[in-house]
Amino acid sequence: MTDLLTPTFIAAFIIACLAGTVPLMLASIGETVGEQSGVLNLGIEGMMLMGAYFGYVVALTTHSTWLGMLGGLLAGAITSLVLLVLNVWLGLNQIVLGIAITAAGGGITTVLYDQIYSKTSPRIPTDNWKVPGLSDIPVVGHSLFSQPAMFWVSLLLAVIIAWFLVRTNWGLSIRAAGQKPSSLDAAGGSVMRTRSQAVLLGGMLSGLGGAYLSVLATNAFTPFMTNGLGYIAIVVTMLSRGKILRVVIVSLLYGLTIAVGTVLQLTSLDVPTDLITMLPYIVVMIVLLIFGRDVNNSPVLGAPYTRGAR
Amino acid sequence: MSASPTLAPAAGVISLSGITKAFPGVIANDDISLDILNGQVHCLLGENGAGKSTLISILAGMQFPDSGSIAIDGVPVTIGSPKAAMKFGIGVVHQHSTLVPSLTVLENLMLGEGGLMLKEKRAASRLEELSGLLGASIDPNILASDLALGQQQQVEIAKAMWTGSRLLILDEPTSMLTPSAIESLGESMSRLKAEGLGIVFITHKLREAYTMGDCVTVLRGGRKVGELTPERMKSLTEAEAQAEILRAMFGDDLAAAGSIESAAELAGATEAAPEASRVDVTGRPVRLQVAGVTSVGKSMDVSVTDISFSIHEGEIFGIAGIDGHGQAGLAEVLSGQRAIASGTISLEGADITRLGVRSRQEKGVRYVTDDRLHEGTVGNLSVAINLLLKRIGMAPFWRFGQINKTAVNDEAKRLITQYTIRTPSPSTRVGTLSGGNIQKVLLARELGHGARVVVVNKPTYGLDLKSVRLVHDLLRAFAADGGCVVLISTELDELIELSDRIGVISRGSIVGTVQNDGGPDVAERVGHYMIGGRAHDND
Repeated sequence: MTDLLTPTFIAAFIIACLAGTVPLMLASIGETVGEQSGVLNLGIEGMMLMGAYFGYVVALTTHSTWLGMLGGLLAGAITSLVLLVLNVWLGLNQIVLGIAITAAGGGITTVLYDQIYSKTSPRIPTDNWKVPGLSDIPVVGHSLFSQPAMFWVSLLLAVIIAWFLVRTNWGLSIRAAGQKPSSLDAAGGSVMRTRSQAVLLGGMLSGLGGAYLSVLATNAFTPFMTNGLGYIAIVVTMLSRGKILRVVIVSLLYGLTIAVGTVLQLTSLDVPTDLITMLPYIVVMIVLLIFGRDVNNSPVLGAPYTRGAR
Repeated sequence: MSASPTLAPAAGVISLSGITKAFPGVIANDDISLDILNGQVHCLLGENGAGKSTLISILAGMQFPDSGSIAIDGVPVTIGSPKAAMKFGIGVVHQHSTLVPSLTVLENLMLGEGGLMLKEKRAASRLEELSGLLGASIDPNILASDLALGQQQQVEIAKAMWTGSRLLILDEPTSMLTPSAIESLGESMSRLKAEGLGIVFITHKLREAYTMGDCVTVLRGGRKVGELTPERMKSLTEAEAQAEILRAMFGDDLAAAGSIESAAELAGATEAAPEASRVDVTGRPVRLQVAGVTSVGKSMDVSVTDISFSIHEGEIFGIAGIDGHGQAGLAEVLSGQRAIASGTISLEGADITRLGVRSRQEKGVRYVTDDRLHEGTVGNLSVAINLLLKRIGMAPFWRFGQINKTAVNDEAKRLITQYTIRTPSPSTRVGTLSGGNIQKVLLARELGHGARVVVVNKPTYGLDLKSVRLVHDLLRAFAADGGCVVLISTELDELIELSDRIGVISRGSIVGTVQNDGGPDVAERVGHYMIGGRAHDND
């Protein structure tokens, strides 16, 4: 077992952990904003795939991972317009819409990828930013402090959004829209506008999460590469009950199990691969069993709002 | 006010003219015109369904009139949204709380403000200013769900006046308040009136209209059917004013109600008092014994802690308390719908703690829920099926798993006649009936076939006065035949009128029990427990 504790090995472990954490964290923050405003976005898986694919395409063609991120963000935002118009404005069923978006997102990206890239499967070169000074530290220098610059931007985004939710009028409106939309309406706020903004922001962050996954974490796109990550994001959101810090922690826990899985595969231990791929989901289920029993989320989650309905 | 000289006589007035609003199947407001003056408390009276709430939602920008116009200080305006209403200085305190329970008082007040940042300091000083004006003291950082009902209302008023207000609309503000909270509300209202605010005060209680109002408008069936100007109000004695209002409120129905006195009693004009001919039930055997029951459940409305009481044969045991303090939990624990963590429930000496809903029902424990549209009935099924909902599968209505339509219909017809349920036929969908008739369907289902104990939760909530009276009569008759009633209600008057004893529930526990001896101070004593007094303070 001693060969597990070599510096190279630990560095690889940290890299795997963060690569698993960040896409989930971004998507979960997006889902949190949406759910806090009372919109359950079940289409997050589709939005992530759209973000992943278009982020990949943009990064390939422009040779810029930053533009790739932007492409993923826009793809997520555009996909979320479906939910915005049909659900928030027109009051269609969120569950049906969510499933449709997930199915469509997977289908569209797979067809496009198969047509254009499946023969060559081009990869995107890694683009890591070494934090000056800190990247010379052994072990963490090569892992934590040699992450893509987008990693730090993602952390910053988490802080900013947490701050917005708690400290601003906008955040207060979002929370009120999810807890008691009629109160927000009676107070002169607009439930439609607040939820629209929340859905759009949620779409952007999901798209960004997807793009991070393809462009930065795996350097390539593969059909259905999110592999249920969007659904995990919904679970993480439910567990975190609107607290961004909890989103970050639970995402990190998920990232850790991913990394442990990778490590187990590398060791000489005879663990079946199926068991290893199950690991993150089992951990999430256990966490859900322990902490998910008294979830106190938006009581109007999934219900479109109509003023003065009787 | 920058009103031009020609409009001067109209300054300080909001006039509604010819307001008409129809909903599918009902005309909620039919050509209503009235003037609301600054510095006056304008009472809007009428039964449930008379159109009061619709009229104020139009003023508040929540609904649009189909026709008619609104003018402020003589200038015609359109109130297109709640925001517009606020801009015109119209603040509304809705009947149902608009506070977000999971937000703090301050957050609730800041909700809807513009700008990026929350301006907590400014909000705190504005709250202090308004608290002074209202004569209330409110902790700005407490969660709205932790406020007592009276305080909650003060916060609602502060919220309505947050951006500066010229007209304050209070929609049935007293229906769930304790007597002392009503008194302090009255004080706040006179302070605001003295500041020059106009107040529209909606109620269905005549006593309050006379003591708190300057002028009165009466609505019935969506129409304006009477008014008392301030001058006329002053010239009349309380009894004369009440008689005049009652004639307007009930019109032709007055004959049906029997007399002015009984109509007055219906409308809560007189002090509630228990029936004179109360039988002493304490000597009778105990029917239901609840000992140290604690329920499973986390939110305050559904959990109860260490509740003990016993009810004698033929007794009506009232449960008073602020809404959401464990009433639903208590009812569900008794009916078997909610699991309990500890304690015992016994019926006539036999332990029923472990029995499920169905077995308790067979032993005669019945539950009439307050959610009569969803939990209580299946709206899309017929009246007949709803009447027999709890006896599905039982002979003679079901045989070998097959419904026996004749037997079901005969039983339904019998119950419809016995409980005077107004329905076109037994096969009518129950959801199309009025609230009063749906409640009668529920009572007919639960009170018959061997009921021993019936738990009723807010049995008259939202019903018209005649149905209220009918429900009261049914419960009284049930008790007179030896049945036990657990009457859970937020209407203090109702509890005092019907109950033999009143237990007060607060935060899931019974904090005190008051013997309803007909004394004038029963309401005060109950109110004392409701606002957090303890037993030894009282005795």
